[in-house]
Amino acid sequence: MKSMYGDFFFVLASTTDLESESGFWVLQIIGILMGVTGLIFFLGAAVGLVRFPDFYTRMHAAGKGDTLSTMLMLGGFGLVTMEDFSLGSWLLLVKIIAVVLFIYLTSPTSSHALMRAAFEDDEMPLTEKDLKKSKKSVNK
Amino acid sequence: MTHLFAITMGAALFTLMIPVVYRIWVGPTGFDRILGVNVIGTKTAVLLVIIGTLFDRVEMFVDFAIAYALLNFVGAIVISRYLNRTISLNEMDAREKKGGAK
Repeated sequence: MKSMYGDFFFVLASTTDLESESGFWVLQIIGILMGVTGLIFFLGAAVGLVRFPDFYTRMHAAGKGDTLSTMLMLGGFGLVTMEDFSLGSWLLLVKIIAVVLFIYLTSPTSSHALMRAAFEDDEMPLTEKDLKKSKKSVNK
Repeated sequence: MTHLFAITMGAALFTLMIPVVYRIWVGPTGFDRILGVNVIGTKTAVLLVIIGTLFDRVEMFVDFAIAYALLNFVGAIVISRYLNRTISLNEMDAREKKGGAK
């Protein structure tokens, strides 16, 4: 099997073994739910980043969705990888919580700095006038 | 179970990064591009933890994730300050031109 499909499929096949399962299943289920919620938030951020018409609206989508989805996904992985309640796994959970706290502090800060830089660059938000102009140009 | 979850999450994250790359590619202003790079950098920290789960070395890769998040934050701050500074120089030029027109 390993020689036929290569390492990637070997990893996939080995995950279906019941023996390789380890971890506390309540924490794993909570972690998987958090990860999927984070993916949904990141989907919103990606769609907003592509479809919104204006720099500030795009920044709104990216800043909020990015921060919350990163925190949710990292927390979910921290819970999923909590195998036993030994010292090492507690240390790992504390480290992941440190990353989450760091991102909780820094991601809005960098969004704010970038927004301030764009505002001082006279990057104008989209107004009703611009919408009317674009409609006129479409009608012509 | 954990490995399957990690592979699925990694693939989904990688797929969802493609629209962000689109925004970096066509972004009308430079700020859009920096925003996209910032989003991808933050998500790379998550991807590093996922890769660590796949290799069963999470405790090592979490440190990489911390370092990557720190570098991403410092890069975003520095780039926005830099643009701010150059832009105020541009503004100074524009003001000088206005004064000349008067």
